[in-house]
Amino acid sequence: MLSTQRSDDDDQYMLVACLDNVRNVSTILKAIHFKDTATVFASPMGLKITVEDAKCVQANAFIQEAIFHHYVIKEEQLAFKINLTVLLECLTIFGSSSMPSGNTSLKMCYAGYGCPLILMLEEEGVLTDCNIKTLEPDDVLDFDFCSSNVINKIIMKSECLKEVFSELDVTSDILQILMSPDHPYLQFSTFGNAGSTHSSFPKDSEMVESFQCSQTQTNRYKISLLKPSVKALALSTRISIRTDDRGFLSLQYMIQTEDGQICFVEYYCSPDEEVDHNEES
Amino acid sequence: MKFRGKIMDPNCIHHFSNVVNTISKLVKTCIMRITEDKVFFILSERVNDGGAQIWCELPQVTIMSGGREMFIILSERVNDGGAQIWCELPQVTTMSESTMAVPRFGVSFHRVNDGGAQIWCELPQSHFFDEFAMEGVSAESNEIYLEVAPDLLVRSLRTAHSAKWVKVKLTKKNFPCLTIEVDLPSGSVHQRLVIHDIPVSVVARKHWPDFTEPEMPRFDVSIAMPQMRLLKNVVDKMKNLSNYVSLSANNSGEMKVSVETDMASISTHFQNLFNPSWNKDNTQTQAPMSQDRDPQEFATSRVDIRRFAQFLNSQQVNPDRVICNVVHHRMLHFFLLHDDVSLQYFLPVVSR
Repeated sequence: MLSTQRSDDDDQYMLVACLDNVRNVSTILKAIHFKDTATVFASPMGLKITVEDAKCVQANAFIQEAIFHHYVIKEEQLAFKINLTVLLECLTIFGSSSMPSGNTSLKMCYAGYGCPLILMLEEEGVLTDCNIKTLEPDDVLDFDFCSSNVINKIIMKSECLKEVFSELDVTSDILQILMSPDHPYLQFSTFGNAGSTHSSFPKDSEMVESFQCSQTQTNRYKISLLKPSVKALALSTRISIRTDDRGFLSLQYMIQTEDGQICFVEYYCSPDEEVDHNEES
Repeated sequence: MKFRGKIMDPNCIHHFSNVVNTISKLVKTCIMRITEDKVFFILSERVNDGGAQIWCELPQVTIMSGGREMFIILSERVNDGGAQIWCELPQVTTMSESTMAVPRFGVSFHRVNDGGAQIWCELPQSHFFDEFAMEGVSAESNEIYLEVAPDLLVRSLRTAHSAKWVKVKLTKKNFPCLTIEVDLPSGSVHQRLVIHDIPVSVVARKHWPDFTEPEMPRFDVSIAMPQMRLLKNVVDKMKNLSNYVSLSANNSGEMKVSVETDMASISTHFQNLFNPSWNKDNTQTQAPMSQDRDPQEFATSRVDIRRFAQFLNSQQVNPDRVICNVVHHRMLHFFLLHDDVSLQYFLPVVSR
């Protein structure tokens, strides 16, 4: 029974991806795991996994084809929805902690529309077969965020932002992000029960690697929507913060895998109401 | 009623607390049964709080060379999740890899609606009690049944790791107590004595029949379990997905652990495991292994995954060898060996 499963002909699958160290993929997926379901897009470039919440926030993880040591896809684009919680449990079934004992290798197969995603994991001669049902893919949000409309852009090391985000005042509904070519350059503010907080970064801070702000912009975002991005921030080494002319926020995280490869995770978030709205009071 | 026992060997004290520790992770209360030649820990929770049952047997004194043993059996009879433990420390570890003596006491398996498990623990008596004295309710029923919380026993034995000796005795201080006296090394001539009084309640004789010995099952397949670390990880992950796990094994050294949910089916395969053979002439109560079984054929039991995970996680020691006996569609029977300690765990199937 085991041998027949192993010798299955790969020809029947539209997508076959193999990986020596499953944690390269599972850590990236954990960075966007704030909802149970995710939509997976597979293309010859690699995999894009999208998670959305409240039609206001979207997270994308890109796992490029180079992360896999074997990657074959027969179509230009494949899409399916999957339970991300289940997928992550399966990927980390031999334990998620980095044990010195050895790596878990993964073979992932998908036979096409309506078929389950098949995972075969192996560690120390022990095999695990997982058969995860796939769902009809939903349309994902298009934030229409193009680089030509970007007004302000800052690239910085993640380190200092980790503190800001982990200590966010959760009694505040919103996080206000100010980006400006003049003082205070970059400021994160919350307005909670106990008072307001402001964390500012000067543009010549060692942490800031690139500072391209053309006009002062103050936008508010729901903290509940941004809070999940802490997971990605915690794993990342660099972050790019961008806002466009409508106040939409794009956060891009550069994450280094255990094998030293670079992956990207991005979050898009739509702004809360206008700062100087009349009804607000 | 009188009872007192004294343990002097540091290894025995250590073993004794390990056993009590393991049990305390599985049940909240148990019955301590004291007979002329043995001490048992039996029973525990009532059915409505997920009633478990322990059975622990400590043979009393040292003089006789054979037959002094300690058992701890825990079993639950509940609508769901009843557990029974059987942990055994044989006096001499003569078990070879290929021929394992089936324990000569019968172990009966309580029928439960679903989920009842059993544990049985046995310790080599000869080490255990250096002094032992008891006097039962009456001459013809020379036994004592006490209800005690293993958790309290654990706490009172926590200071005992460096003790010179540990005394266990039944006392009366307004209410019945199990008094644990721990003599700690003091460095001076003065004695440093720690005394714990554990409240117990005496069980009426009419309830005694509730705590009878379980019976050894007739199993279809016996197999050595794979590395506990890997299995523990796998079962802990599966626990997040499903309430039940199916464990299958055959006589060709293959074992399979699988869960099935609406969203996914997952199975982990272990290969090249060892199938021990058992002596069949041990007791009149059982004839363990079914004969003439197709070595490729899997025997399967579907059990409560939380019970299974709890069992895997309750182990205080990393056992050298764990044997799993599968009674097809009836129960799982685990047998742990560690140095001279062994522990058995009975996990019944959950009906669909």
